[in-house]
Amino acid sequence: MIALKAEVRRSAYYDSVVLMQLQRALATLPGVVDAGVVMGTAANKDLLAQNGLLTAEVEAAAADDLCIVVKATDEAQAQAALAQVDGLLRRRRSDGEQDYRPKSLATATTMLPEAQWVLVSVPGQYAAGVARQALDLNKHVFLYSDNVPVAEEVNLKTTAAAKGLLVMGPDCGTAIVNGVGLGFANRVRRGPIGVVAAAGTGLQTVTSRIHQLGSGITHALGTGGRDLSEQVGAITALQGLDLLARDPETRVIVLVSKPPAPRIATRVLQAAQATGKPVVIDFIGYTAETVRRENLHFTRTLDETAALAVELAATATVPSPATLAPPFAPSQRYLRGLYSGGTLAYEALLLLQNELPGVYTNTPLDKAWALANPMQSQEHTIVDLGEDVFTVGRLHPMLDNDLRIRRLRQEAADPEVAVILLDVVLGYGAHPDPASELAPAIAETIAMARRQGRHLEVVVTVIGTADDPQDVRRQSEQLRAAGANVFTGHQEAVTYAAGLVRGRTGVSGLPPVTLTALTQPLAALNVGLETFAASLTAQGAAVVHVDWRPAAGGNERLASILAKMRNP
Amino acid sequence: MNIEQANREATDRMIEARPVLVGLGRALDVIPGMREDLLLHAGPPITWERASGPLKGAIIGALLFEGKARDAAEAEHLVTSGQIRLEPCHHHQAVGPMAGVTSPSMQVYIVENKTHGNRAYSNLNEGYGKVLRYGAYDESVQTRLRWMHDVMAPVLRDAIEASGGIDIRALLGEALHMGDEGHNRNKAGSILFLKALAPYIAKAAPNAAVAADVLKAIGGNALSVLNPVMAACKAMADAAHGIEGSTIVTTMARNGTDFGIRVSGLGDRWFTGPSQIPRGLYFPGFSAEDANPDIGDSTITETAGIGGFAMATAPAIVTFVSGTPKDAINTTLEMYEITFTEHRYFTIPALDFRGTPTGIDIRKVVETGITPRINTGIAHKQAGVGQIGAGLVRPPLSIFEEALVAFAEKYGF
Repeated sequence: MIALKAEVRRSAYYDSVVLMQLQRALATLPGVVDAGVVMGTAANKDLLAQNGLLTAEVEAAAADDLCIVVKATDEAQAQAALAQVDGLLRRRRSDGEQDYRPKSLATATTMLPEAQWVLVSVPGQYAAGVARQALDLNKHVFLYSDNVPVAEEVNLKTTAAAKGLLVMGPDCGTAIVNGVGLGFANRVRRGPIGVVAAAGTGLQTVTSRIHQLGSGITHALGTGGRDLSEQVGAITALQGLDLLARDPETRVIVLVSKPPAPRIATRVLQAAQATGKPVVIDFIGYTAETVRRENLHFTRTLDETAALAVELAATATVPSPATLAPPFAPSQRYLRGLYSGGTLAYEALLLLQNELPGVYTNTPLDKAWALANPMQSQEHTIVDLGEDVFTVGRLHPMLDNDLRIRRLRQEAADPEVAVILLDVVLGYGAHPDPASELAPAIAETIAMARRQGRHLEVVVTVIGTADDPQDVRRQSEQLRAAGANVFTGHQEAVTYAAGLVRGRTGVSGLPPVTLTALTQPLAALNVGLETFAASLTAQGAAVVHVDWRPAAGGNERLASILAKMRNP
Repeated sequence: MNIEQANREATDRMIEARPVLVGLGRALDVIPGMREDLLLHAGPPITWERASGPLKGAIIGALLFEGKARDAAEAEHLVTSGQIRLEPCHHHQAVGPMAGVTSPSMQVYIVENKTHGNRAYSNLNEGYGKVLRYGAYDESVQTRLRWMHDVMAPVLRDAIEASGGIDIRALLGEALHMGDEGHNRNKAGSILFLKALAPYIAKAAPNAAVAADVLKAIGGNALSVLNPVMAACKAMADAAHGIEGSTIVTTMARNGTDFGIRVSGLGDRWFTGPSQIPRGLYFPGFSAEDANPDIGDSTITETAGIGGFAMATAPAIVTFVSGTPKDAINTTLEMYEITFTEHRYFTIPALDFRGTPTGIDIRKVVETGITPRINTGIAHKQAGVGQIGAGLVRPPLSIFEEALVAFAEKYGF
């Protein structure tokens, strides 16, 4: 007589690995035909029903209740199996004297203050909350959990980016940081190749292949599968490229993803190009128009990607970091171009495309980079002051320097501005002596910035000839005397200006993530699957496992009160 | 309103309170609101009908001691007819271990918080065996009580006054470094208490025989300092009570039927749930079957940051739950998860002199589902049998959840 017995334990949370182990252990007991050990979610109840393991008490269970069902050859055997549950649960905990297992991230942080990473693998509905706590504690996040809504992902990544933190995931199965595998990762040799991947098994395949080919990995960063979507905007991929660009050990970068949204592809490729290192790109299933563009190499398969990366790594040299950088203050990061010539402004945008991750303008090629307000610069900006919006009711800036001087002062007062780029166009019809007005203004703004503890670079292109009424040499001398860097070639001026700020924003356009996130010995806090903590320990990394439970035992009303009390 | 700031203020007041034992007096004379027709008891309010065995026994014993009843039936009638009223010690700035029954003519310790000026009171400790606090009330109990009040109390009072007062916070700080946690283990503290009073007892006693008896009563009872310690903790907790917007627990107490808490920012409202049977070690011949649900005001020690919270300083007592010294450390570490701060004067050598976890925050209790760990004695469920073991117990989580909901309602979250 087959018997079905169930036990429901209220508000008893266990991670899924523990449940699986218990289920397996129960199934091996004498007389047991089948066993199910799950949390009482609707999906799990369906699963039990399909296996003929659903009972009335399990049907009535709540999502945070532990349901244990045993099907056995008779009632006594079923009962005997259920009686073993506590013993089986205890067996895995009773390996000698245990160190204290913290119940919260905050406590875990005090136990391992050097931890820079938090691994999160709790059920999806709680994952964003735990990740947010980690970000509040200024930790980078490896977010293994799936079923995190995309809006939460955007929110987490935006918050993280603003604080210079990484969020790998959600649904990030694997990563290698400083030689230590997080989540699912292969044992891969250290070497010169860095990886950014929005595809978990893609990352594992490429890194394994690189290892087989005799080379190795600096770091392999996962982003989660949705990172390169329009909504998320490749925040993690851009941060990853930026980190690998700055990592002196990384000589070649590999980028693996499903084909991104077109606008995102442009941005990511810009960033990849700006790393200055060879980047092997596999947008899986996408055939690029070219196999090579400058430092970018396009491949079509994971094996080809690994092979090319290994080949390039054998020959690539790492460009030395910019020498003789001007003494900018830490806040100074951006370039601002104030143009009087429309074509020059346009060319500046084109030239900067390959130099900087993104430039805002009042005359955008892509409206994503349109200034919200032309009177107000954002991040890197090029403004064409000859545009109608500026010239209504006043002379063109080639004739009237007033508007430009005022904007020059405005930009110079912005503590985030490092470089100001100007053009001066001479010739008949233009202002008879522009330098006589611009030079004093330049000198004044440089002095003002210095008084406020900043170093301002002003780069000027002067267009004209020695035979022009204003005389290009006389104009240049005045501007130089005022402290400007003066060029007569536009491309040269723009490249020089870009070079001054490139190192300051990285290639991502986001606040830089400190490189020590990757280069310090890995120390992490683990919330969720205990096996992840065990595997870090096995790899010699420092880890503290958090004995996590859903806030207020999963009681939504209480959890929402607690949340309101935290952020009234 | 800023909860963090309110909790900072509440715990600062709790920690900076400096309770000093200043004297001894008759309950009717010194306890605010004490009346001839009133008995104080441990825990939240309760009626005779719902009272457990030990509490009923102690009520009977106290009425016999007062001479108001001649036997148990008369005593019961006095209470059920309303001629004698029952009110919690906690409503009168007082605390009492186990049944905690305090009657008008009993002598009580007077502890004054020198920082904030409030006072707290506690009755005298009778020692082990058949005692009133466990509900025993036979002639031997009465004889003992009479000796304590007629002979010991006057000597003790004069000795305390002559000593200029005993700083209980300082005494506790020292006792924690000697293996006490201040609730279940007060061996070291009681000896320090004896040391502080001995010379004055010798002088205050009418003769050497009485001096010897009093010294023996204090020194032979490893719990003799428990009552002044509880009054001291009460004085500390009361200093933290009534801070607008604070989520800090300022009372935890059990009457043998209900476990009750009060919260600093929620006025005098009790949140109660069923008292649990402690888990622990039973004396030979007894088991959990015989145990009364948890009883007594002594959880005021955990409320103030010692007792179960300071378990890491008292590895010797983990044997009550067949634990290891590591378990003791882990108990204290767990309590840091639900407390607001760490004590500045109570420190734990084994944790590199870290302060004890102090100021139970109902937000953290509800968030983590971790309830306070309490070290306690276990009473027999029948009146008068006495202590049958010692162990660990936790309050029901529901009372913290109810308090959180009430807090959210009061403050509009």
